[in-house]
Amino acid sequence: MFKIENLHAGVEDKSILKGIDLQINAGEVHAVMGPNGSGKSTLAQIIAGRDGYDITQGTMEFRGRDLLDCGPEERAHLGVFLAFQYPVEIPGVNTTYFLKAAVNEVRKARGLPEMDAVKFLQYIREKAKLLDLPGDFLKRSINTGFSGGEKKRNEIFQMAVLEPDFAVLDETDSGLDIDALKTVSHGVNQLRNAQRAQLVITHYQRLLDYIVPDIVHVLHDGRIVRSGDRDLALELEKRGYSWVAEASATLPA
Amino acid sequence: MNDATETIESFVQSDYKYGFVTDIETDSAPPGLDEDVIRLISHKKQEPEFLLEWRLKAYRHWQKMTSPSWPMVRYPAVDFQDIVYYAAPKSPDDAPKSLDEVDPKLLETYEKLGIPLHERERLAGVAVDAVFDSVSVGTTYQETLAEHGVVFCSFSEAAREHPEQVQKYLGTVVPFTDNFYACLNSAVFSDGSFVFIPKGVRCPMELSTYFRINAAKSGQFERTLIIAEEGSHVSYLEGCTAPMRDENQLHAAVVELIALDNAEIKYSTVQNWYPGDAEGRGGIYNFVTKRGLCKGARSRIAWTQVETGSAITWKYPSCVLLGDESIGEFHSVALTNNCQQADTGTKMIHIGKDTRSTIISKGISAGRGQNSYRGLVQIKKNARGSRNFSQCDSLLIGNRCGAHTFPYVEVGNPTSKVEHEATTSKIGEDQIFYCNQRGIETQDAVNMIVNGFCKEVFRELPMEFAMEAQKLLDVSLEGSVG
Repeated sequence: MFKIENLHAGVEDKSILKGIDLQINAGEVHAVMGPNGSGKSTLAQIIAGRDGYDITQGTMEFRGRDLLDCGPEERAHLGVFLAFQYPVEIPGVNTTYFLKAAVNEVRKARGLPEMDAVKFLQYIREKAKLLDLPGDFLKRSINTGFSGGEKKRNEIFQMAVLEPDFAVLDETDSGLDIDALKTVSHGVNQLRNAQRAQLVITHYQRLLDYIVPDIVHVLHDGRIVRSGDRDLALELEKRGYSWVAEASATLPA
Repeated sequence: MNDATETIESFVQSDYKYGFVTDIETDSAPPGLDEDVIRLISHKKQEPEFLLEWRLKAYRHWQKMTSPSWPMVRYPAVDFQDIVYYAAPKSPDDAPKSLDEVDPKLLETYEKLGIPLHERERLAGVAVDAVFDSVSVGTTYQETLAEHGVVFCSFSEAAREHPEQVQKYLGTVVPFTDNFYACLNSAVFSDGSFVFIPKGVRCPMELSTYFRINAAKSGQFERTLIIAEEGSHVSYLEGCTAPMRDENQLHAAVVELIALDNAEIKYSTVQNWYPGDAEGRGGIYNFVTKRGLCKGARSRIAWTQVETGSAITWKYPSCVLLGDESIGEFHSVALTNNCQQADTGTKMIHIGKDTRSTIISKGISAGRGQNSYRGLVQIKKNARGSRNFSQCDSLLIGNRCGAHTFPYVEVGNPTSKVEHEATTSKIGEDQIFYCNQRGIETQDAVNMIVNGFCKEVFRELPMEFAMEAQKLLDVSLEGSVG
């Protein structure tokens, strides 16, 4: 479903990703863990199509489409979603209005009729319940004046509304207390099914207690140095990233 | 165009080079201004004697004035002797013969705004015989208004039919000595609107629909006078979202509002004069003096403006809060794109006790646009317990535009309170990327962000105009992102 081969990318003269290979099949949840500066967020941004990175080598495709050839909005139309690590504030634009525009853009791109206002409101109210959002949430401007936790919850709420086939969650757990973590994870798990895939990026094993991955990858210095089942995450927690760093140093170049 | 270094004085003091003698029978004066031209205007309009005297006094005063140089705008000097001050009816020879002769960009804009075909010709200034049936519609409105005792007519008609009101209030808010362009307007004003709302009457309709279909060319020197008697209420809307083209490059209007005890005037403007092409050629210079006098206790005047047009905008709709507990409000969105320049803002002069004012200004700069907010909050010594709140936000799109803020605050007593908040932000790549990631294209994202930014002001506009204003911003912003 989603495949990256030998991806090299960086900014200006600094290379950040140094040959990533990653294949995610429909129905799977993968986790990417790694220390600060290993390239986790860069990977998420590049999947979503952020400008400003030089992609020097490699390919990235989603359901047979060459993603590197698509703008960020086209990727969204195809069903790629990024839950931002730092969600952006847009003052004066209310959440309902924004999401209605987003949903209808995606529908339009897929040749579906637009959803009317009444139907849409019903639809998002249900989704809001799923994430235990307060009633006024939908009326507030996007992320404006939200606490860190509210912003993260809003990301997963948007994900629930857009129902993407491939979602990348960039450190969605940071800044969440344990109750919020449970709610958010519940929201994410609701979207799991045999046709969809997720890529969860995190520092901490804790999130993976709630969103249980099929495969865990360890990213270090722009490369995936180890992949395994979820026990790898537990081992990482016990032994720390330096363990992988040392291990990776002994890997053949 | 004249050499920019030539000063106004040299024109004023030079011998009158056209050497023409006014022929009272002609229907248009040659270019240039002198006392005879003013007499001609007044005569043609069959004005009462006092008005002619007032015009002449203004003209004599104007000759001693120089055009202001303090606004943050650049333009070549205007040749005041090259302007035709009286022409009626407008010569069809100068106008485009059909829409084929009009700037295709302008036609495209009409298309996008969904302006009906028959209105496009009028807006583009095409010479057509009968545009459409506005007379009968107008008459219906006039009857409804008359039932309530509301007077709403052209300024010329008011001068003839209601001279006592005109004489009593004209120039009491904006005296002809006020500033260079207001003084010029006082001498040569062509026409405009007059509104009188009698005591206790709530005007039965927005004075907008009527105005829009009747907005016959009132020329480049428009004069508006609105009087709201005790306890009355009126909402007036001026302008149009469609870009108006005009052969006259200089526009210098004056608007005076007077609110007596407990009266309320809401004046909304959607201004979209032709801004010129992308290089700034051919746009309108809009130099306007608008001021409201809250003369009575607990009176209220609220200005709301959405400014997207003109090559240069220079205007400061202001409130003089004379009555105790009176309220002044100013809500503004000014957008400059391409080569447009705007220096706009407000003055709130607190004289009465416990007066209040609110200023919400939203400036948007795109392309090479330059946008300045200039505002004065003045609280006089006796205006005890007065309050002002100002909020000036600027939004930048791209990196070739500019935003400037010039707030002036003078507080004359210790019991008053003034608050000023200002922000400048740039539409961030991260905001656009965020929208893109949700499936929204870049231009739509920019429109959404800008409309969100202006929300507080749009809320003040009458409903249908708020929608139109939003659409107008979208169209005005097209191509503002690469």
